[in-house]
Amino acid sequence: MFVPGNNPGMMQDAFIYGPDSIMLDLEDSVTMAEKDTARLLVHNALKTIDYGKTEMVVRINPLSTPYGKKDVEAVVKAGVHVIRMPKTETAEEVKELEQEIIKIETELGCVGRTQIMAAIESTLGVINAYAIATASKRMMGIALGAEDYCANLKAQRTSGDSPNFGMELLMARQTIVTAARAAGIDALDTVFSNLNDMDTFKREVEMIKAMGFDGKSIINPRQIEVVNEVFAPKEKDIQKALTILAAIKEAEQRGSGVIAVNGKMVDRPVVIRAQRTIDLAIASGIINKEDI
Amino acid sequence: MNSIKDRAALIAQAAQKMNKEVYNDSNMKKIITPRHELQRQSGKVVTLEEAIKRTGLKDGMTISFHHHFRGGDKVINMVVDKLAEMGFKNLHLASSSLIDVHEPLIEHIRNGVITQISTSGLRGKLANEISHGLMKEPVVFRSHGSRGYAIKSGELHIDVAFLGASSSDPLGNAAGFSTSENAKSICGSLGYALPDAKYADHTVILTDDLVDYPNQHNAISEADVEFVVVVDSVGDSSKISSGAIRDTKNPRDILLAKQAAKVVMNSGYFENGFSLQTGSGGASLAVTKYLRQGMIDKGIKASFALGGITSHMVKLHQEGLIDRLIDVQSFDKVAAESLMNDCKHKSVSANEYAAMLEPGSATHYLDVVILSALEVDVNFNVNVLVGSDGIIRGAIGGHPDTAADSALSVIVCPLLRGRIPCVVEEVTTLITPGSNVDVVVTEYGIAVNPNRPEIKKRLEDAGMNIVDIHDLADKARKIIGTPDPLPFGDKVVGVVLNRDGSVQDVIKNITE
Repeated sequence: MFVPGNNPGMMQDAFIYGPDSIMLDLEDSVTMAEKDTARLLVHNALKTIDYGKTEMVVRINPLSTPYGKKDVEAVVKAGVHVIRMPKTETAEEVKELEQEIIKIETELGCVGRTQIMAAIESTLGVINAYAIATASKRMMGIALGAEDYCANLKAQRTSGDSPNFGMELLMARQTIVTAARAAGIDALDTVFSNLNDMDTFKREVEMIKAMGFDGKSIINPRQIEVVNEVFAPKEKDIQKALTILAAIKEAEQRGSGVIAVNGKMVDRPVVIRAQRTIDLAIASGIINKEDI
Repeated sequence: MNSIKDRAALIAQAAQKMNKEVYNDSNMKKIITPRHELQRQSGKVVTLEEAIKRTGLKDGMTISFHHHFRGGDKVINMVVDKLAEMGFKNLHLASSSLIDVHEPLIEHIRNGVITQISTSGLRGKLANEISHGLMKEPVVFRSHGSRGYAIKSGELHIDVAFLGASSSDPLGNAAGFSTSENAKSICGSLGYALPDAKYADHTVILTDDLVDYPNQHNAISEADVEFVVVVDSVGDSSKISSGAIRDTKNPRDILLAKQAAKVVMNSGYFENGFSLQTGSGGASLAVTKYLRQGMIDKGIKASFALGGITSHMVKLHQEGLIDRLIDVQSFDKVAAESLMNDCKHKSVSANEYAAMLEPGSATHYLDVVILSALEVDVNFNVNVLVGSDGIIRGAIGGHPDTAADSALSVIVCPLLRGRIPCVVEEVTTLITPGSNVDVVVTEYGIAVNPNRPEIKKRLEDAGMNIVDIHDLADKARKIIGTPDPLPFGDKVVGVVLNRDGSVQDVIKNITE
């Protein structure tokens, strides 16, 4: 969930709504005049607020601006989990950020602590998606930023009532998911900004889930429930996954490599999907880890 | 012989024995005015000044009002202005509540027209001035149920009640709505005004729609009314609810509401025939929305909803999810219109609503109440009257009545309001004792009163996040720090009565 880095009230209690990840923003939601203030606020928020188990991300300003490096220093020192790099176009940019992070982490004696998420917001970024996704061991995910991308593409954003809804992002989305999967990291979809159109928002979440995305960026707590609802595995799928995992466990104990559930052979991709279903069910609070 | 003439001596004897006059037929004069004309005339219809004079109101007496028009009320200011103009002094003003719009009372207090106030609440500049020591005598605060009973028992004796009504016929049959085409205002239930009408020595109705006799669905009976005063306007109905009723979009309110609805649904009281009441704040209103979904999903219907009735409740009633509505105060126009049109939407007096000592009070039959709070403390005590800055800014309302009488009271309260912690070590002013508060819902977790271990278990079994209330207070302190002590002086500006009539707390003046 995006939270403006210059709004202490929102930063203070964003996590009560239960997002998986909070992204404090130093980039687009902060005006030039407030860049320094916001950086200081975000630094202190990370250090003092108890965000529980929420993953903490900060979107920094591009390293090419006068703010980027200062942002990196401030948030790495505050112990951020993930730095989101905006407008990433090449693998070199990721490497440059990695070097900056290493510099600070070396000072602190905690090399390897900070992960990177790259936001792809241009056609060049989409073309380079796989190179970006594999540019660093720290890469944990790539995300689509649709507004800048569409401007760059010279395409219009389509609305929910258009028969072409979402077509302008089709290639970018598929490329990003494919690159992320090939690199073994997460793929995250762009925000949906019309808070009053929850029906179209839900359709979009269903669509990107079907496309293979791991999650969606959101801008308001009211959107959390929809994303969770769409991504939460259904009861039937959970039962099936539990059966498969139990059969695997039993087969392993017997030393048998091949297993069948309900007369169907279970191979490795099926097991991986079953494990993912269970992971999601635990993350969604539908089942407890202890119950498995 | 036995003609009436022959019996004259016996009649006179009987009259003397019974200490009565002998009937004199020549005193009788039949009125021959056409009755439709007669119905429009009544000796009761007089000007405000005349009504005041003829009630025999004197300096030092008690006058009373209701606040059903809330922010749109015009009666209190109009009447007190007139009393000031007529030179009255030293009056005791006993209103069911006072709000921002009653700011002009400040001048009347300064000039000695009003020297004593009894109310359920105070807001705005008037509250601010009183908190700073405007009055010599402390304001006496009572809950709605407690006020009704105090009027009935004579503890709060009312000399003259001035009651605004949206319709009245010339005899004083009055209502909070009007079915005539000249209807100017609507406030719905007149519940808080009913004890005044019934027990005051003199009752004056002020109305902006004098209708033909008999005014139907009248809440106040002509039997209790001495004078009827026609005025331009008794109130601005659009200000009954402080804003248009719509679904809150505040994510924190939504979170609180969802949690509170979940508490109710897993409390053990959520079953067919249950009864409920909610407050009118954003979060409380939203609770209705989420409860509605739960009721539909589980096929549960409520027997009645009580209290300040809102359009949300009316909607559930119209959908068949709530059988009856019991309305002491209509919180918006939709509720007021429903009261006018729907025979299963019943208005009740404050006594029938929430008086502790009235066996028939509806609160005694209430399963679940969802209430808000300014502050809750680690002993579950609630304050809804005095702000964290020590300044009076709220109303007791029916809070202690419903919390005490319901089977389950749920307080919805954010842990933090900006930089103000709302779960604290000790409330600024004690309004609802913690012994009557069962569950506190905050955005940082839900606390259950240790008196109710069975509720705690049921909620935990439902997978809810139950925390210790001390941890909530600690959390607030960690985020905000410990506020400086409030600059209270030594003067008592308010006395809070418990619903049993005992003195429960006092409010001291603020010096800054």
